[in-house]
Amino acid sequence: MNIVVTVKQVPDTWAEKKLDAADKTVDRVSVDNVMNEMDEYGVEEALKIKEAHGGEVTVVTMGPAKAVETIRKALSMGADKAVHLTDDALHGSDALQTSAALAKVIATLSPDLVITATEASDARGGVMGALLAERLGLPQLTQARKVTVDPAAGKVSIERLADNGYALVEASLPAVVGVVEKINQPRYPSFKGIMAAKKKPLTTLSSGDAGLDAGSVGLAGAGSTVVDSQPAPPRQSGTIVKDEGDGGVKIADFLAAQKLI
Amino acid sequence: MPDTRLTDEQEALRKTVEEFAREVVAPVAAHHDETKTFPYEVVAQMGELGLFGLPFPEQYGGQGADYFTLCLAIEELARVDSSVAITLEAGVGLGAMPIYRFGTEEQRLQWLPELTSGRVLGAFGLTEPGAGSDAGGTRTTARLEGDEWLINGSKAFITNSGTDITRVVTVTAVTGRSEADASGTGKAEISTIIVPVPTPGFTAEPPYSKVGWHASDTHPLSLVDVRVPAANLLGERGRGYANFLRILDEGRIAISALSVGLAQACVDESVKYARQRQAFGAPIGTYQAIQFKIAEMEARTHVARTAYYDAAARMLAGLPFKKEAAIAKLFSSDAAVTNAREATQIFGGYGFMNEYPVARHWRDAKILEIGEGTSEVQKMLIARHLGL
Repeated sequence: MNIVVTVKQVPDTWAEKKLDAADKTVDRVSVDNVMNEMDEYGVEEALKIKEAHGGEVTVVTMGPAKAVETIRKALSMGADKAVHLTDDALHGSDALQTSAALAKVIATLSPDLVITATEASDARGGVMGALLAERLGLPQLTQARKVTVDPAAGKVSIERLADNGYALVEASLPAVVGVVEKINQPRYPSFKGIMAAKKKPLTTLSSGDAGLDAGSVGLAGAGSTVVDSQPAPPRQSGTIVKDEGDGGVKIADFLAAQKLI
Repeated sequence: MPDTRLTDEQEALRKTVEEFAREVVAPVAAHHDETKTFPYEVVAQMGELGLFGLPFPEQYGGQGADYFTLCLAIEELARVDSSVAITLEAGVGLGAMPIYRFGTEEQRLQWLPELTSGRVLGAFGLTEPGAGSDAGGTRTTARLEGDEWLINGSKAFITNSGTDITRVVTVTAVTGRSEADASGTGKAEISTIIVPVPTPGFTAEPPYSKVGWHASDTHPLSLVDVRVPAANLLGERGRGYANFLRILDEGRIAISALSVGLAQACVDESVKYARQRQAFGAPIGTYQAIQFKIAEMEARTHVARTAYYDAAARMLAGLPFKKEAAIAKLFSSDAAVTNAREATQIFGGYGFMNEYPVARHWRDAKILEIGEGTSEVQKMLIARHLGL
C-alpha cells in the first residue's frame, strides 16, 4: 500500500488565535505552532494500515518553512518520507487553491490511498478531503470512524459516521478517506522515533518545482479572502434559577425558550 | 559561548512528554493523589513511550538517549504530577541504572530489557531506619554461605519497592569488616546485591502514610534470612559505598529536574489564575504584589533549570560534577518549596483546597529538600569542595 497522509501545522490549540493585522490571514508567527490535532488521527490510521498490509506512508504538507516541525513529528511517529510544499508565493492561499496545489503534488506520488483529517483547527473549513478527491478524480469516503482495506481486492470500506449510527461505504482503490477523531488513539513519538526521523527522506518543493502557475496561488488570486473580523463577544453571564419547589419547571421553561426542548 | 538551548531532538522529546503529561497524566493525577493509588495505567503508557529506557543503549531495550534527556522527561512530568515523575526517576535512576552501570553483561541482559520497557519496576534499597545520607551506617548484613548470600536487615522509604510490577530490589549490605582498629569494630565493607522479587524472606511492609507523593509507591522493607545466588553480587564486593555515591550524584540532577518541573508548574498555574481571578475590580495579575511574586517565581525557576542543565552537561562531558549537582539540587528544591508556598498564597483559600493542583504541589514539594540528600548534606558537599 502506497499511502499518502496530509498534515497541516496550525497555531497551538491551547493558544489564543489571532489574524494578522495587515492581511487578515492566520497569524502563525507570534504563536507556538503544532501539528493539527485531527491530523494525528490520520497519521495514526495510515501507520496502522501500513503495519497491517505493508507499504509506505508519505506525509504531504503545504505551509511555511516552520511547518517542517510538523513533518518531523509525523516522521517520528513512524511515517517513511515526506513532501513539503513551501513558498512565500503560497501565503494566503484559500482552500480551493490549496487543494489544487496539494492534488498536484499528491498525483505525482501515485498513491493507493490518501488519508485526510476531518478539518484543521485554524480555518475549520472541513472541505480538504472532498476537494482533493474531486481534484484527483478519486472516490471520497469521509467521516470514517473505521477503515478496512483489502489490497488484494483493490477495495477500501469505511464506517461512515451518521447522526443515528453509521453507514457502511465501500470504494475501489485508489481513494481518498477522511477520518474522524473517534477512529483511533494516536501514538506518541518515542525518542528512537525522533532520532530516526532525522534520517528519513524529506523533499522540499517550491510552487515552481511542483509545476504550479505563480498567478494561481497566494492571497492575490484567492477565491475567498477575509475582509474583516471581530473578536468573539465575551460570554454572557449565566441565568441562575433559584429552586423554590418549581426549579424543574423553571429549567424546562428556560430550555423551551432557547428552543432546546 | 556555552549554550543551554535544547537541540531539535531534545525539544521534540520534551514537547512529546509535555503533551503526554497533559493528555494522559493530568486527567487522573488528582484521583490517584486522593485515593493514594499507584497509576499502573499511566506507568504502562510511559513504558510504551520508551521513557523508562531513555538513557540506555538499544541492546538493552533502551532508547539510546542520555541522562539529560531523561531529566527533561522528568521535568515535564513533574509540571503535572510529581508522583509520576518520581516513579520514573526512581525506576530508571535507582532501579535500572545501578544494574546498567555496575552489572555484568549477564546481569544486564537478565534485568534491563524488562526494566527499560517499563513493564516491570526496580528499586534501590539503600536508606535504613537509622542510616540516610550517612549511608555508611548501614546495618543490613549479607553473609556468603556456600554459593548463596544470606541477607538480614531492614530498609526504609524505598520507592517503587512494593508495586504489583516490582521485580527486583538492589540492596546495600555489610558484607564484612576490615581488621579491627583501635576502637575494636573495624570499618564496614559494603556491597550491593540484587534481590529478585518475590524471594522468600523479602517483604515490602505496608506503605507509609505520606504528606505528599501520594501516587508514588513507598515501603519499608524487611529482609529475614533472604537467600540469593552468590552471582547476584552487583559490582565488586566492598565497592557498594563508592557505587551508590555515583548513583546519588546523578540522582541529584534528576531530583533537581523534578524540582524545576514543580516550580514551573507553580508559575504556570499562578499566571493562569492571576489573569482570571478578579479582586477589587481587576484581575489580581494587574497588581504589583502578585506580579512581583510571580516574577520572582519565574526567575527562581529559570536559574534552577540552568543549574541542572549545567550539572548534566558536565556529567555527560565526563567532567567532575559533584559540586554542580549539589548546587542544582540545593537551589532547585528550595525554588520548588518557595514557589509552591507562593502559588498557594496567590490562590488564597482555593490554594488550600485539594482539588487545585497548587495544593498538591505544595504537599509534594517538601520532600524535595529531603530526598536524595537533604539540603544540609548538599551544603556540606559544597563546603567540602571549597576546602572546608
